[in-house]
Amino acid sequence: MPANTDNDLASGNDLKPGRAAAIAALKDVPHVPGAPKPDPILVADHVSRQFGGLKAVDVAHVEIQRGAITALIGPNGAGKTTLFNLLTGFDKPDTGKWTFNQQQVAGTSPYKLARKGMVRTFQLTKALSRMTVLDNMRLGASGQLGERFFPSLLPFLWRAQEQANEVRALDLLGRFNLDAKLDDFAGSLSGGQRKLLEMARALMTNPEIVMLDEPMAGVNPALTQSLLGHIKNIREDGTTVLFVEHDMDMVRDISDWVIVMAQGQIIAEGPPDAVMQDRQVIDAYLGTHHDQALTKDGTSLTQDSSGE
Amino acid sequence: MDFGIIFSQTLTQAIGITAIIYCLAAIGLNVQFGYTGLLNFGQVAFVAAGAYAVGVIVLTFDLSLWLAILVGILASTILALILGIPTLRLRADYLAIVTIAASELLRLLVRSIAFKDTFGGAQGLNGKLGQQFHDLNPLPTDFTSLPVLTWTRQDLWVVIVGWLLVVLFTLLVWGLVRSPWGRVVKGIREDEDAVVSLGKNVFVYKMQALVLGGIIGGFGGIVWAVAKQSVQPDTFQPDFTFFAYTILLLGGAARVFGPIVGAIIFWFLLAGVGELLSQMIQAGYIDFLSATDVGSIRFILMGLGLMLLMIFRPQGIFGDRRELALDAR
Repeated sequence: MPANTDNDLASGNDLKPGRAAAIAALKDVPHVPGAPKPDPILVADHVSRQFGGLKAVDVAHVEIQRGAITALIGPNGAGKTTLFNLLTGFDKPDTGKWTFNQQQVAGTSPYKLARKGMVRTFQLTKALSRMTVLDNMRLGASGQLGERFFPSLLPFLWRAQEQANEVRALDLLGRFNLDAKLDDFAGSLSGGQRKLLEMARALMTNPEIVMLDEPMAGVNPALTQSLLGHIKNIREDGTTVLFVEHDMDMVRDISDWVIVMAQGQIIAEGPPDAVMQDRQVIDAYLGTHHDQALTKDGTSLTQDSSGE
Repeated sequence: MDFGIIFSQTLTQAIGITAIIYCLAAIGLNVQFGYTGLLNFGQVAFVAAGAYAVGVIVLTFDLSLWLAILVGILASTILALILGIPTLRLRADYLAIVTIAASELLRLLVRSIAFKDTFGGAQGLNGKLGQQFHDLNPLPTDFTSLPVLTWTRQDLWVVIVGWLLVVLFTLLVWGLVRSPWGRVVKGIREDEDAVVSLGKNVFVYKMQALVLGGIIGGFGGIVWAVAKQSVQPDTFQPDFTFFAYTILLLGGAARVFGPIVGAIIFWFLLAGVGELLSQMIQAGYIDFLSATDVGSIRFILMGLGLMLLMIFRPQGIFGDRRELALDAR
């Protein structure tokens, strides 16, 4: 917990090594859609997915920088979650190829991608309700001998591994302030705690990249602060983070790079401050009148809603 | 009215051969439905596979019973693979539809004229199916009966081995579900996608659960064939599966001892009500019913009892109501 508070304090000014490295690496990357990155962990080309007449995702080229926190923003229906689903193998694209660590992974089953180190969370949190918090965490650990059918019947084969996993689980739960909830059913946790649990569980797999789908949705402001700290810590541990989010303050606070999607396409890229000045982004996402106060004047309100 | 007879008949049935068969089927369902969340509505097909393996190998092909047991295990496994491969990648309801259809399909297949030479048609296969097993009976030949429990020497031998099988499979299930393997299948029951996202091959786990549950159900069929020395297609109706589900829910799904306690209570109540009604009709206390109605009346009462159970104790006897109250998303 102390580590976590001082991280919160450090959020703005003095740079932690992970953040400094990410900023340095992305310094010379041009602010254009599909910009090449110095050390991409994920590179996607021509990924498209059509639902009936709607082209939900149509991404020509995108690269995700290793070791950085990349935010994926865009209006509702922009195709952010669909892109997540495609990249993680939970949905099949109509066209497209993408590499993870220089390895072609298009068409790979989602569980294999997870084993390679690409782990995601879900917009609608998937806590395993009728299992305890600790069991949720233990399930996350990869390469467990006890999860194989016949070895599972011989506890002496997997007990040591189980204990090691438990130590890691307790450590992570401590970092996510869930250590008091160990033996509670995950279904009895609050919405925000479930988000934390899902994130901690994803980290149990020792991922190379975590893809968080709206990690802050439905989380109260106090918890948001500590979640932000956790996400930053993930980067400091050397893990790449890609997340979808609507909260602009949060995006500005933690991301090293922002990718903006609208109508299935990537329309802008850049560091958070630059992206939020971008005319196109403002029109597509923030609304043409986003800086104007909402007045009681009927005409102004009408303009606002048409602008969105 | 003789309460002594009512009690002894009821108890004999409550822990008798039929209870064992249903208990085995319910243990299989517990693995599939209780722990893994697979809606197998065709458990009777696995029981039939086990029973017919014994019938066909022993009677049609005149081979050893022990071979027949191996074939029974194999047949249950193959059936599980056939049902699982196309459906386990789909949503849970597809498995339910496919399994219930497959169980009827299998029944109609074995009773068909076309395969009469192999499966015996509508009459089934009747003969000394379990002779090799009964030859091993260690009970003294002058055995008549236990006090209260009215099994014959042959039945008692089946009952002993049958409950041993139940204990064996219960231990197996207990060992599995307390291990990391059990954790994965429970995770699948709660949310498949979450488990996939953690790098587990969900399809393989579901298949393992389906096969294991099927084999345990198949043993129910093997016990059936050996005990009754006859295999008849029309005993393998879909209602068998639903009684097995009833037993599972009565004891409490995803509880290791649920199927055992469920089976005993189910048959205790069913047999008890039947015996009581028969005796009352015989003694003239009830004159608006005849002895032939008892069979249906006891199922009506059973249904009523189940409704009450679902309303007042939906988690079953061993279940935890708190757990049930959690939304399973």
